[in-house]
Amino acid sequence: MIVLRLALQSLRNRWLTAALTVIAIAVSITLLLGVEKVRTGARQSFADTISGTDLIVGARSGAIQLLLYSVFRIGNATNNISWPSYQDIASHPDVAWAVPLSLGDSHRGFRVLGTTPAYFEHYRYRQAHGLRFRAGGPFSDLFDAAVGADVAAALGYKLGDRITLSHGLGSVSFIEHDDKPFRIAGILEKTGTPVDRTVHVSLEAIEAIHVDWQSGARIPGQSVSAEEVRAMKLEPKAVTAALVGLKSRLATFRVQRAINEYRAEPLSAILPGAALQELWALVATAETALKVVSAMVVATALLGMVTMILTTLNERRREMAILRSVGARPRTVLGLLVAEAGVLTLAGTGLGLLLLYAALLLVQPYVDTNYGLHLPIEPPKPGELATLGVILVAGCLAGLLPALRAYRLSLADGMTVRT
Amino acid sequence: MVAAAAEPRPEAPSEIVRLSGVRFAWPGAGAFSLAIDAFSLRKGERVLLIGPSGSGKSTFLSLLCGIVAPQAGSIEILGTDTTRLSASARDGFRAEHIGIVFQMFNLLPYGTVIDNVLLALSFAPARRRRAAAAGPVAEEAARLLARLGLEPHLVRGPSAANLSVGQQQRVAAARALIGRPELIVADEPTSALDRDRQAAFLELLFGEVREAGASLVMVSHDVSLAPHFDRVVRLDEIAVRRQGEAP
Repeated sequence: MIVLRLALQSLRNRWLTAALTVIAIAVSITLLLGVEKVRTGARQSFADTISGTDLIVGARSGAIQLLLYSVFRIGNATNNISWPSYQDIASHPDVAWAVPLSLGDSHRGFRVLGTTPAYFEHYRYRQAHGLRFRAGGPFSDLFDAAVGADVAAALGYKLGDRITLSHGLGSVSFIEHDDKPFRIAGILEKTGTPVDRTVHVSLEAIEAIHVDWQSGARIPGQSVSAEEVRAMKLEPKAVTAALVGLKSRLATFRVQRAINEYRAEPLSAILPGAALQELWALVATAETALKVVSAMVVATALLGMVTMILTTLNERRREMAILRSVGARPRTVLGLLVAEAGVLTLAGTGLGLLLLYAALLLVQPYVDTNYGLHLPIEPPKPGELATLGVILVAGCLAGLLPALRAYRLSLADGMTVRT
Repeated sequence: MVAAAAEPRPEAPSEIVRLSGVRFAWPGAGAFSLAIDAFSLRKGERVLLIGPSGSGKSTFLSLLCGIVAPQAGSIEILGTDTTRLSASARDGFRAEHIGIVFQMFNLLPYGTVIDNVLLALSFAPARRRRAAAAGPVAEEAARLLARLGLEPHLVRGPSAANLSVGQQQRVAAARALIGRPELIVADEPTSALDRDRQAAFLELLFGEVREAGASLVMVSHDVSLAPHFDRVVRLDEIAVRRQGEAP
């Protein structure tokens, strides 16, 4: 007990260097745990984004690319699926339901998704959660739109507001479908998935706004008004991808093989879970690199602490001699410095945790809204506590280095400081 | 009510310190740094040990206090041969029976005056019980400090780093005396004080040593202090030739 009290008093005496050391350790702990929070948050967010979908179908491409553009709205499709092929797949005897996805347009930086009302019925996230409307409902008119929670929050939309879609995916577009405005018919509840940042319209609406377009531009001299287009047959020619639910999970590989060997056009069918695993395998190296860098930062902070204790050791030799004179054993002197390192590491760890949660409170809403990444604010998990325990032990062990030197000096010095 | 039982103390012979055939060399020194055939100290005696710089005065004190052990010979204190004790037992023996005053800067700068005085009891349970015999140890420390002339407002006030050299020496003396150890060892405690303050400090120290019934060994190179002591010992007279030196 006396050793701990002396360690605390000694640290208080050198409060500035001690405080800087604690801050360095705290920042490194915050970084280490922050990286882990982002990593697990990203994995959880990705894993929670899609549930209950057995297959995702798209033009022939890699599984990860198909998963990213169809579900996470990241990147673009290399090709489309023709409408007859989609219909053929949807009518496969093992298919319980199919939802077409048509991507390619945007609204003020948010992706526009053309789909059918079945999307709101079958899309599942976080295991079994279905989409629910906070206000309004799915599109009932050709020019109705249902917006995600983040779109409504970011742009201040409410039911009945008029919006226009842009051709392409830029956040600022000069090619507007401004002749065919949409009315907001529904605002979805927050899901923590890319759905929150999506403007949903019907497949027919996507067809309608492109009826007088060709190769990404308006056909010169041709203009079809919003009223005129309602009278037209608006069957899509192609869709970007499709979500497929099967009647039985046992049929998954059979249907997947059938789609992958589809004769009419080259298609890919992927299992979302398997594609996610592929994605994790791909980013595992980057994750490991991040973890290693964070661990190195912690090691550097601990090294800084050892340096601080070592540099003060010489001027503290008289302090050690005084302790020895009143009967402190060399191992008490050793314990004093190990305790000092332990106290510094403990304080750094505590402050690091505080900083982490303060930072999470501060950035969580921003990261959630802008990146769809939900960083949970929850007590440290057993794995994180174990990491902190290891750091604490490492801090005490690091303190052994100056402690052993002090031990040797206290033996060598005797009654006086021998230089 | 029965007063707190006094810790049974080793029977104090008239000679409380006896060194014989001591040979000591610092690790790596090669030759003996100090060799003493015989030295003794009687109970209540005040001895001034004089020697020029580098003559081995501090090494002598380190041996006497059991901080280091000789390679040969015996050092008996209160009838216990400390050379036969383990290193940690010597530390414990020192804590219980020896009070030490250093030359200067001998307080923990971050501690208060009381902290520094009570530090002497931290590793010495029997000495703590002795100090607590008449009441709380903090009160005993305050009483000692008052007798040594430290102003009352300084006792629980600033940290030791804020005291003058003279005040620090008083606190160091109180730390050495608390719990009434049988042997007080002082390493040039007056070297940082001017003549007047030297005499005043020695008077206070002697008074307390006498009150405690302790013996005192003080090391100094200042021969003018000799009249204050019962006996003066020149280190070069008791230290025999060093190994490698001509006889």
